[in-house]
Amino acid sequence: MTLNSLPILSILIWTPIIGGIWALIAGDRQEQTVKYFSFAVSVITFIFSVILYCQFDPSYAGMQFIEETDWIKAFDIKYHLGVDGIALPLIMLTSFTTILVILAAWEVIEKHISYYMCAFLILTGLMNGVFVALDAILFYVYWEAMLIPMFLIIGIWGGPNRVYATIKFFLYTFLGSVFMLVAFLYLYSVAGSFNIQALHDVPLTLTAQKFIFVAFFLAFAVKIPMWPVHTWLPDAHVEAPTGGSVILAAIMLKMGGYGFLRFSLPITPDASLFFDDAMIMLSLIAIVYIGFVALVQEDMKKLIAYSSISHMGFVTLGFFIPFSIVAATGASSGAIMGMEGAMMQMISHGFISAAMFLCVGVMYDRMHSRMIKDYGGVVNSMPYFAAFMMLFAMANAGLPGTSGFVGEFLVILSSFEASFWIAFTAAITLILGAAYTLWMYKRVVFGEVTKESVAELKDINGREAFILFLLAIVILTFGIWPAPIFEVMHASVEQLIEHVLQTKIL
Amino acid sequence: MNADLIIALPEITLLTLACLVLLVDAFSKDPLHLLTYWTTQASLLVVMALVLFYFPDNTQIAFNGSFVSDSMSAILKAFMCGITFVVFLYSYDYLKEHKFLKGEYFVLGLFAVLGMMIMASAYSLLSVYLGLELLSLSLYAMVAMQRDSKTAPEAAMKYFVLGAIASGMLLYGISMIYGLTGSLDLLTIAERINIDDSNHMFLVYGMIFLIIGIAFKLGAAPFHMWVPDVYQGAPTSVTLFISTAPKLAAFAMAMRVLVDGLMPLVSDWQSILMILAVLSMAIGNVIAIAQTNMKRMLAYSTIAHVGFLFLGLIAGTTSGFSGSMFYIISYALMSMGGFGMIILLGRNGFEADMLEDFKGLSDRSPWFAFVMLCIMFSMAGVPPFLGFWSKWFVLKELVASGFVELAAIAVLFSIIGAYYYLRIIKLMYFDKPDSMTAIKSSKQMRFVLSVNGVLILALGLAPNMLMSLCLVALAG
Repeated sequence: MTLNSLPILSILIWTPIIGGIWALIAGDRQEQTVKYFSFAVSVITFIFSVILYCQFDPSYAGMQFIEETDWIKAFDIKYHLGVDGIALPLIMLTSFTTILVILAAWEVIEKHISYYMCAFLILTGLMNGVFVALDAILFYVYWEAMLIPMFLIIGIWGGPNRVYATIKFFLYTFLGSVFMLVAFLYLYSVAGSFNIQALHDVPLTLTAQKFIFVAFFLAFAVKIPMWPVHTWLPDAHVEAPTGGSVILAAIMLKMGGYGFLRFSLPITPDASLFFDDAMIMLSLIAIVYIGFVALVQEDMKKLIAYSSISHMGFVTLGFFIPFSIVAATGASSGAIMGMEGAMMQMISHGFISAAMFLCVGVMYDRMHSRMIKDYGGVVNSMPYFAAFMMLFAMANAGLPGTSGFVGEFLVILSSFEASFWIAFTAAITLILGAAYTLWMYKRVVFGEVTKESVAELKDINGREAFILFLLAIVILTFGIWPAPIFEVMHASVEQLIEHVLQTKIL
Repeated sequence: MNADLIIALPEITLLTLACLVLLVDAFSKDPLHLLTYWTTQASLLVVMALVLFYFPDNTQIAFNGSFVSDSMSAILKAFMCGITFVVFLYSYDYLKEHKFLKGEYFVLGLFAVLGMMIMASAYSLLSVYLGLELLSLSLYAMVAMQRDSKTAPEAAMKYFVLGAIASGMLLYGISMIYGLTGSLDLLTIAERINIDDSNHMFLVYGMIFLIIGIAFKLGAAPFHMWVPDVYQGAPTSVTLFISTAPKLAAFAMAMRVLVDGLMPLVSDWQSILMILAVLSMAIGNVIAIAQTNMKRMLAYSTIAHVGFLFLGLIAGTTSGFSGSMFYIISYALMSMGGFGMIILLGRNGFEADMLEDFKGLSDRSPWFAFVMLCIMFSMAGVPPFLGFWSKWFVLKELVASGFVELAAIAVLFSIIGAYYYLRIIKLMYFDKPDSMTAIKSSKQMRFVLSVNGVLILALGLAPNMLMSLCLVALAG
C-alpha cells in the first residue's frame, strides 16, 4: 500500500480517538505507560499531518484526499472528508499543539492521568474531524461532540470556580450551535443535500440568507469569540487547566474562524455583504475595547484570554473586509491579502497564545497563583524562562520578526484599501497590544523580588524548555518566512474570494 | 375467522401465558418467586418471537376492522416486549431488595403489555379504549403495590383519579365522533369525514377530547400534573416501567387516532399539538431545573421529551411520523438506562433517588458513571449519542414541512434542558463522593445496564438501521 492510497484524513481523526480509548482502558495504575503511549500517539498523528502536508498539492484550490462512504443511507448523510488550503494549516496546528499539551501535563496532572490523556486525544481527533468534514451533519457531530471532552477537562482539572465556568462554556457554545443545526436542516430542505460543497452552490433569497447568516453567526461568533458574545471565554480560560487553555485558545477559537470561511461566507455571500459593516464594526470593537479591558486585568490568564479576543477581532476583520475593499477599489487583490492575513493571524495566534498559556502554566505550577501581584522579579530566579517569555510577549504584541506581526500587518494593510479609518482603528491594537502584554511582562518578570516564594522559584526543567523551545522556533520561523503557510492556502483563498463576490440570489 | 386469529396470535398467546403465570404463582410456594419470574420472562420472549415470526408484509385487518397488524404495530410490539423484559430484569432485584417481591407484579405487568399491544393494533376507537384501560388499570395497581410505602398509595390514588378523568374525557370524545360519523372504526371515520365535513366544528370538538386523553397518557403539558408525583411516588421499578413501554403504546394510540382516523382534520390537530408541544417543552425543561429528586427530574424531562415527540406529528408527513417513532423508541432506551441507574445505586431498601446520590460516582464506579454520562448527554441531545439523532430526525421533518420557527423554539428549550443533564454529570465527575460504598447488584443487571449504555452510544454512531426501520414502518 502506498502512502497515496492511505485514508490519511481518517487516520488523523481515528488514531488519536482510538489511542485515547486505549489510554482510558489502561487506567491510572499504569501511569508511565499511559503517558508515553499518549505521547507516541500524538507524535504519530503529527507525523501523519506532516505527510498530509507533503503530499498536498498547493496549486489545486478544491478538496483533496477525498474520502466518501455512506453513513446514514436513509438520509443520504455521508462520511465525507476532504482537505483544502484553508483546513490544512489548521490540521497541522491541531496535531502540533496536541504534542505540547501532552508534554505539558507530564508531571503536573496528578489526578486521573489516563482520563486526562484520553480526553485530550479524543478531543484532537474530533477537532481534526471538524476541519476535514465535508458533510454538514458530520461536521455538526464533530463540532458538538468536541464539547464533551472539553466540558470534562475544565470541570475535572479546573480551578476553584470550574463548575460555573465549564457549564457556562458548554451552554454558551451549545446555544450557538443548535441554531446552526436548524440552518443546516433548512438548507437541506432547499438543496436536498448535506454536502457542504453542494450547499455552497445552492441559490437562496436574501431573506433566507440573512436568517441563515444569523444562525451561523451565533455558532461561530460565540466560538471565535466576537464581542459581545465573548464572556464565556475569560471564565473558561481562567478555570481550565493549562492544557485546556492551550487547546481552547490555539484551536477551538479557530473553529469559529474556520466556520466563517467554510459556511457563512460561501453559503450566504449576499447576507455577508449585507451584514458587512456590522461585522467590521464588531471586529473593531473587539480589537479596541477588549484591548482596553485586557489592560486592566490582574489575572494573567484572564489578560491573555482578553488579548485572544482582541486578536480574533483581526481575524473577523480580515474575513469581512473583502467586501468593503472590492466596493472601494473594484479589485480583489487587496481582499485576498486581507483574508490571507486573517488566516495567518489564526495560525500565528494558535502558537503564540499556546506559548503564553504554557508560560503562565509554568509559573502557576510553581506558585499556584495566576495573579500578577503575586509575582515580580521572576527574572532573578528564572532567567531562561524569562527569556522565552520575553519572546512570546513580544510576539503577542506583534513585533516584526515574529509570526504575530505578519497577520496583523496584512490585515491592517488591506484595510487601508477599504477605508483609512478602519485601518487606523485596527492599528490602535499595535499600541494596546504592546501596552497590556509588556506591562504584564514587566510587572511579573522585572522589578525587585519582594516575595520570598518568587526568590525560591526553580527555573524551567528540560521538558518545559523543550516545549517552549519548539514554540519559539515556530513563531520565529513563520515570522521571518511565512511563505509555506501562504503557499498552501493561496489557491483556496483565491477561489473562496471569487465565490464570495458572486451573488447567489436567483 | 381463522386468519383473524393468526393476526392476533401474539396477543392471544400473551393472554394465555399471563393466565398461566397467574396459576403458576398461585401454586408455587417459592418465596423468591423464581418460577413465576422465569415463566414471565419466557412468555415475553415467546410473544416477541411470535410478533417477529408473523411480521406482516402488508396491512392486515382482523375482527371486522377493529384490529390491525402492520409493520408499525409489529415493530412497536417487539420493542414493548423487549423493553418489558429488561424492566422485569431490573425489577426482580429491586423488588427483592425492597421486600415486596410478589407474583402479581409480573402478572399485572404482562396484562399491561397486553393492553399496550392492543393499543398498538387498535383500529377502532373501542379497541383503543379497551387497550388503554387494560394498560392503565394494571399500572394503577402496580403503583399501589408497595403498601407500606408512604408515597406509593398516594401516587396511585392521584394516578387513578386523574387517569379516570382522562378516560372519561376520551370516552366523551369517542361518543362525539361516533355521533357525528356513525362509526367507531377509524378507517370509516376518516372516509366519512372526507365525504362530509359539514359538521367540522363538532368534529374538532370531539377531537379535542381525544387529544386530551392522548396528552394525558403521554404526559404532555398541561395534562402533566400526575407525571412528577407518580414518577416520584411509585417504586422505582414501576416508574421505570411507566416511563418506557407504555410511552410506545401512547405513541401508537396517537398515531392510530390522529393519523389513521382523523387525518382529514390534520390542520386542526396540528395547531393544537403545537400548543401542547411548546408548553410541554417549556414546563418540562424549566421546572426540571428546580428538582432535587432524580425521579422527579426525569419526570419533568419526560414531559419535555413528549413535547419533542409531538413535533414529529406536527410535521404531518409520513417521515415526520417516522421521526416521532424513532424519538419514542430512543427515549424509551434512554429512560430505561436512567431509571436503571437509580435502581443500580439503591441498596438494602434504600432508594438512591436524590441527585446527591450521584455525587462522585466516577470515583465509586468509573464504568457506570460513563454509562450515566452517555445517557445524560444523549437525553440532552448532544452528538454522537442516540438522543441527538432523535431530536435531529423530528427537527429535520419539522423544517421540511416549513415549521422553521417551531424548530427554533424547540432547540432553544433543549438548551435550557441541557443544563439539568449537565448538572448530573457535574455531580458524578466534578464532585467528591460522600461515601465510597461499592455498588452491589446482580451480574445480570450490571450487564444489561452496560449494554444499554453502549447501545445508546453505538446507535448514535450508526443510527442508520433504526432510522430505516422507522421509515419502513410507516411507509407501508
